[in-house]
Amino acid sequence: MYEPSDLLFSKSHEWVFFEEDGTAVIGLSDYAQEALGDLVFVNLPMPGDDVTTEEPFGDVESVKAVSDVYAPVSGTVSEVNEDLLDSPEKINDSPYEAWLIKVTDVTDKGELMDEADYNAYVEEEKAKE
Amino acid sequence: MDKKTPLYDEHVRLGGKIVSFGGYALPVQYGTGIVKEHMAVREQAGLFDVSHMGEFELKGPDSVKNLNRLLTNDYTEMEDGRCRYTPMCYPNGGTVDDLIVAKRGENDYFLIVNASNREKDFAWMTENLQGDAVLRDVSDDYAEIALQGPASKELIRKLSPSDRLPKKYYTAVFDTEIAGVPAIISRTGYTGEFGYEIYVPACEGPKVWQALLREGEELGVIPCGLGARDTLRLEAGMPLYGHEMNAEITPLEADLGFAVKLDKDDFIGKEALLQPMKRMRVGLRVTGRGILREELTVLKDGQAIGVTTSGTFAPFLKVSIANALVEAGSLEIGDKVQVDVRGRLVDAEVVPLPFYKRAK
Repeated sequence: MYEPSDLLFSKSHEWVFFEEDGTAVIGLSDYAQEALGDLVFVNLPMPGDDVTTEEPFGDVESVKAVSDVYAPVSGTVSEVNEDLLDSPEKINDSPYEAWLIKVTDVTDKGELMDEADYNAYVEEEKAKE
Repeated sequence: MDKKTPLYDEHVRLGGKIVSFGGYALPVQYGTGIVKEHMAVREQAGLFDVSHMGEFELKGPDSVKNLNRLLTNDYTEMEDGRCRYTPMCYPNGGTVDDLIVAKRGENDYFLIVNASNREKDFAWMTENLQGDAVLRDVSDDYAEIALQGPASKELIRKLSPSDRLPKKYYTAVFDTEIAGVPAIISRTGYTGEFGYEIYVPACEGPKVWQALLREGEELGVIPCGLGARDTLRLEAGMPLYGHEMNAEITPLEADLGFAVKLDKDDFIGKEALLQPMKRMRVGLRVTGRGILREELTVLKDGQAIGVTTSGTFAPFLKVSIANALVEAGSLEIGDKVQVDVRGRLVDAEVVPLPFYKRAK
């Protein structure tokens, strides 16, 4: 379980936790899982695949829809949360525990916000609905 | 601007996520989510606002003649209080809509059509009416609520006189009441479960909706949105206009032959429907990894043989299922196919319809 206050967030609603060695752990924010609804499928890259900032690296599917998941950093996938392949609902149940992938050799970061800025951003998004 | 149903304020109050559907603002789901709503209908019961559905009345001495000419099913022999499902075709065999016709009495019929086809249907039917028969669009007079699921009977008995409820599947009682409000109640639905569809005067809709939710609470009855309505009908193998059938797809291709009576006298589309059909509907169940959606290419041995017309993750079966329209004769039950899901080939097999059938 990651603390939201330790995380950085992208405008496309992914979260990142940077481990001490620079590895980026990536997941979906609580707002994202709520907006997506009951998740029933995740499609993730393989370890060794490269991901690129602000480009899709996988997708998640709810009963009704498919949504791309965007990489908040560039680098190489070192680990994939295989648990989620069988139990995608874990993202709904605990979005800050159910990480999707870990990325090493991070060469680039997108525009990332801290929790407070992200919360403000989410409020703006909600107001647009 | 979307129209609001008489129950719109109820949906907002209940936290419904409102979307546009068939020209109406309706909830796709409530806070509980599609999966829980779907399961509630399979295990307890759910309440749906289906006020967007259109209702017509057909009256006059030539009513039966017109029904038999306009529709593919046969209305010659029908007792009062019976309901009968039917497609309606263009001369080329393509489908105008699918609807339910209920018989209120001699030369007095109540028709339930799809929201998105209401105006088109009314124009088509009016244009083709012959002799002494009058069609009226009475859609705005009614709020329609679907109560679906095994607990439906227990719930409705709390609010309606038990001797004035439809007892058999596909029957209706026209002069009953619910929560003190005059109502038409039919034993019909779009979920594959035991259930009722309830028509009340539009202004009384909220009162009946609230009473059903209040009395249903202890039975586990929850409000359900369009999302669950779609996953439920898909599991139950029921077609949806605009997906499994449209102006280019015939009811025979859509596997609705049970409601196409080719042996009755001339009806609109008959000649076309007597020709060999080019395509057929099959049910697909994913055996690999992925979720099928509509409009995906279906391949057999690497050859494209058709497209999916609806697809979803099926919450009760816990697997992805789809309807597909494929070349006639190209597939049999048990055949293996692949479906192109955004460039990835997902394995599936052909299974019998419906995907889900309730235990009696």
